[in-house]
Amino acid sequence: MALLEHDSEVVLHGSAFAPARDELAARRSLRAQIDKLERELSDAFVTAYPMGGLDEPPTRSCAAPRLLGLGELERVRDDLAARVQAARASIAQRADHQAERRVALEKMLLDPGRYRFVRIANREIGEPGCGVWYVKPRLGLIGMLMGWWEVKLSSGCPLATAARS
Amino acid sequence: MGSANDFGFVEPRLREEFPGLRLAWRAVDERVRGSSREVGRRLRELSDRYLGAGVVAMRTRPIPHAYRTFFRQVGVDPDATRIPSEAAAVARLLKGGFESRDTVADALLIALVETGVPVWALDAAVVDCDSLGIRASVSGDRLGSGPEGGTSLSEGQLVVADLVTIHATLFGEPAPGHAPGSQTRRIVVFAVGVDGVPAIHVEEALWVAVDVLEKA
Repeated sequence: MALLEHDSEVVLHGSAFAPARDELAARRSLRAQIDKLERELSDAFVTAYPMGGLDEPPTRSCAAPRLLGLGELERVRDDLAARVQAARASIAQRADHQAERRVALEKMLLDPGRYRFVRIANREIGEPGCGVWYVKPRLGLIGMLMGWWEVKLSSGCPLATAARS
Repeated sequence: MGSANDFGFVEPRLREEFPGLRLAWRAVDERVRGSSREVGRRLRELSDRYLGAGVVAMRTRPIPHAYRTFFRQVGVDPDATRIPSEAAAVARLLKGGFESRDTVADALLIALVETGVPVWALDAAVVDCDSLGIRASVSGDRLGSGPEGGTSLSEGQLVVADLVTIHATLFGEPAPGHAPGSQTRRIVVFAVGVDGVPAIHVEEALWVAVDVLEKA
């Protein structure tokens, strides 16, 4: 995190109000950092949503609103910074996994015979919907014996009426 | 629109820490009644504005972001205690639509949904409007003025109060007996703005609430 900026002029003059003004400036700086981190966390939340969302924060406060001191603001800032960092790590990990699965799908499309019966869901490659890419033998048993393999994309999500019927 | 909005006091210490924190209020001679069909139709129209994706992305918009940031800056986790506009949006998704309750609840909800700025109502009979504002509680302060003398508050909590009574914690619901009820003849509506929320949005929220109350 960035270091807190202190009002150098006040410190130099050694005024009686220096500590209070210095602390006020520090609190303003911390609030600005909290503002920036909250924006970053919100962006991460929206980015991660289609990937399955972010993990819930470990502790949840239901405190009443009050004027926070310097130490408390630092704790809020540090907690947010940790959550932003964790969110970014989670997004990066999922993005890497999606990239890996996309490469696997490309290979599967190029040479289905080498990836027999492999299935890759659209969700795994970051695409919406319930479609699943899978390798199957053309013409069933004949295709299996002859080595005729193809990649098919399933038709999507089950109909809502299916469960009722 | 009738008379202009009035602005409540904000304790100097709070104003110094949060220059954008403000409370605007208006008093109207209205009672709590059942809402008209027109208000019900307006609520249904507002319900249709919400889609899941929009609610997810809501926190990245300027006004919800401003309230979420303020919540964090005063020690409240907005993921645990939702800001009012997000709470309304989530309730809308869970219930499938906004439900009409009465003129006051509907007016406050419409103002919130249309502007993103939260508005609350108090029974004018228990409020000294001229001294209504935001301050930090001090030792011995109590919320409300019930038969037991209200609920005790810890020191430093942000509250909406006048010189005599604390009516609510900031962003909290009014204390029992302070919200408009069947005996109410005059209603005080107030909105709270924070850093990052343009003053015009706060004014607009009050204007919408009063407009609905007067026309409902």
